[in-house]
Amino acid sequence: MSTGLLDPGAVRPTVLARANPVAKLAVSTLLAVVLLLSVDVVTAGTAVALELLALPLVGLGVRGLLRRSAVLLLAAVPVSVLTVLVGVDSGAVLLEAGPLSVSTGSLESGAAVGLRVVAIALPGVVLLATTDPTDLGDALAQVLRISPRFVLAALAAFRVVDVLAEEWQQLGLARRARGLGGDGLLAGVRDVAGRVFVLLVIAVRRAAVLATAMEARGFGAGERRGADRTWARPSRLRASDVLVVAGGALLAATATAAGVAAGTWQLLLT
Amino acid sequence: MSPLLSARGWGWRWNARRAHAVQGLDLEVEAGERVLLLGASGAGKSTLLAGAAGLLDGGPDGTGEAEGQLLLDGVPAHEARQLAVAAGAGRARTGLLLQDPQAQTVLARVGDDVAFGLENHAVPAERIWPRVDAALDDVGLRLPRDHPTSRLSGGQRQRLALAGVLALQPRLLLLDEPTAMLDPEGAAALRDVVAERLAATGAGLLLVEHRVDLWVDLVDRVVVLAPGGGVLADGPVGRVLAERGDELAAAGVWLPGRAAVPAGRVRPRPPGGAGEVLLSLEGVAVGRRGSGAPVLTGVDAEVRAGSFTALRGVNGAGKSTLALAVAGLVPPVSGRVRAHPALVGGLAARRRRRPWGSPPPADDPAGWAPRDLVSRVGSVFQDPRHQFVAQTVADELAVGPRRLGLVGEQVDLRVAELLERLRLDRLARANPFTLSGGEQRRLSVATALATRPRVLVLDEPTFGQDARTWAELVDLLAGLCDTGTAVVAATHDVDLCDALAGATWWVGDGRLRTEVPVSAP
Repeated sequence: MSTGLLDPGAVRPTVLARANPVAKLAVSTLLAVVLLLSVDVVTAGTAVALELLALPLVGLGVRGLLRRSAVLLLAAVPVSVLTVLVGVDSGAVLLEAGPLSVSTGSLESGAAVGLRVVAIALPGVVLLATTDPTDLGDALAQVLRISPRFVLAALAAFRVVDVLAEEWQQLGLARRARGLGGDGLLAGVRDVAGRVFVLLVIAVRRAAVLATAMEARGFGAGERRGADRTWARPSRLRASDVLVVAGGALLAATATAAGVAAGTWQLLLT
Repeated sequence: MSPLLSARGWGWRWNARRAHAVQGLDLEVEAGERVLLLGASGAGKSTLLAGAAGLLDGGPDGTGEAEGQLLLDGVPAHEARQLAVAAGAGRARTGLLLQDPQAQTVLARVGDDVAFGLENHAVPAERIWPRVDAALDDVGLRLPRDHPTSRLSGGQRQRLALAGVLALQPRLLLLDEPTAMLDPEGAAALRDVVAERLAATGAGLLLVEHRVDLWVDLVDRVVVLAPGGGVLADGPVGRVLAERGDELAAAGVWLPGRAAVPAGRVRPRPPGGAGEVLLSLEGVAVGRRGSGAPVLTGVDAEVRAGSFTALRGVNGAGKSTLALAVAGLVPPVSGRVRAHPALVGGLAARRRRRPWGSPPPADDPAGWAPRDLVSRVGSVFQDPRHQFVAQTVADELAVGPRRLGLVGEQVDLRVAELLERLRLDRLARANPFTLSGGEQRRLSVATALATRPRVLVLDEPTFGQDARTWAELVDLLAGLCDTGTAVVAATHDVDLCDALAGATWWVGDGRLRTEVPVSAP
């Protein structure tokens, strides 16, 4: 994957990295919900600062983190700039050019929006970087009791995506080999549509074969008789996972408290 | 003792299909018996395997309609599958291995993939891992449990899928063309593993495979299914193959001791001599896609008109990548592929546009616009489906000529000629994706020929083909060489090389070694 988001890479097996994926998921979700309540510099800034402080516990180096989160950080910048330029003005106007204006108020909300994106995205990046999809599937099925049929189908589909990336490249070369392409943008768009169609046909056929192979190995056969499948990799919550969630809650509470104390925290809905 | 598998007047019709896939089948397979299942394509061999695996449920929510009975140990096959799962011992009556290694891997790590079936059979977790390790060991995959499945070769993947099947200790192995998509070494390795496991466990075998020569020593009975339903022949291997040999060979079955080579013009093509040089490779290095790290460097070679060059070497040595460079599809990492005037011809200035810098030189095939490329160098990919862009076979063949600017009758003429030459005329209106493997292969070659290129590059053209398609392909390629086309084929197929190759490019250890057989004039 070129985004680097899903690179397995070397991650030091710290307590946090080895926490149950469901615990990590809970922390990310909790932080996202709390940070979505208000757009303010102090809350989001405190959250980002605390998250960065907690990084060593995750086992991710700064460089590894930057590589994985580059895409998300790049998304935060335009969002901020846009808010600065076209956001609601307040306070002193610093610059004005037609419909675009920069004021102290819009600068502040720009920073708040950008920091918020980072604060919400960071735990997600950490979750993805330190969690194998199979382990996440195990945890979702065993801890959260999500249907094994759904979880395993998603895992199998995840693996097929890998293969499809390769097929996509082959299709591109094959179309050049058929003499297609090189006629400008419009034809190019049509060409991509053709490739997508063929890719879908191939994906559907692959999925059908995979489903047959899975069923032949007993997948889904126990359901009708009420028999549960077992899990070769037991996934359960331990005391350390409770600590991880508590830590996440503390982080969210501290950030909110800082915002409230500074008087910038304001519930979005009111 | 009642037989392990017993079909009594069994038939199956898929929903949305009018014709039965199998009809009126009477067949008994004893425990431990090893049966080879033959029959024309469409005779229902794969359907019978799916039925025996318990995957065909003729019930109200089922995928089709069953008639008669298909029993495993006296229990209807699809119930037998559920009973085995419910028993919780992790013992399946049957184990099914399919053709496509890529499409059978379920999970991302080797150990997890083998454990998948045991989990479904509700085997307690602590008893799963010893069985996973044993199964991996049995198939000769000595890899750590957390080895990523994405890094396995085709042959390794197929053995992994077999490990997943064997972990469930089936009493009857169902193999559906297990080696059709493997290279010769991978195929032989898989066959050896199956032989060893059958001997060790005493399990039976029901095998569908047209490479009979590869498997013949392993089976003791042959059953030939009739296309309309029922059994055409049934008996010991030697007798059935002797009595039905001609018929089976005509249907494309690879039989031991029977060369599939067509008579006439097949002989190794001289590499030098007559033909003029069309392409030359000068200090070419090619790299793996993505990383770009060179896998093959310092390649110097040339391709002459009317020659047949076999590009050989182990998997991963860079055969396919080099073929892509020769075909002008991917530029080499360094060095250059140079088209000579005989090939470039009157190439106009219409070259691949670049938004920056100067246009690529006219003698660089990788820099040509696609339509200029296809009239000079044609390519046939390993998977024919990658090359299909149209809704019908006839349209598929018309794409190339239209790209060359031909219109109306000129296009129709070329299409009609190719349809006839490659025995596709009856399929002119069919969708390319619905064709059989052999038909798809013939069509993909025909699409490349439609633009009459002087160089034809093929990647594993004979992979998984039946004997009849194989012979037709060899004859066709021989004919092309005779009319001055240069053919370059990346291949593992020794028979193909023996039949046609005048020059062999051996790829290995990052180098290319050219070899010309002594017998060549």
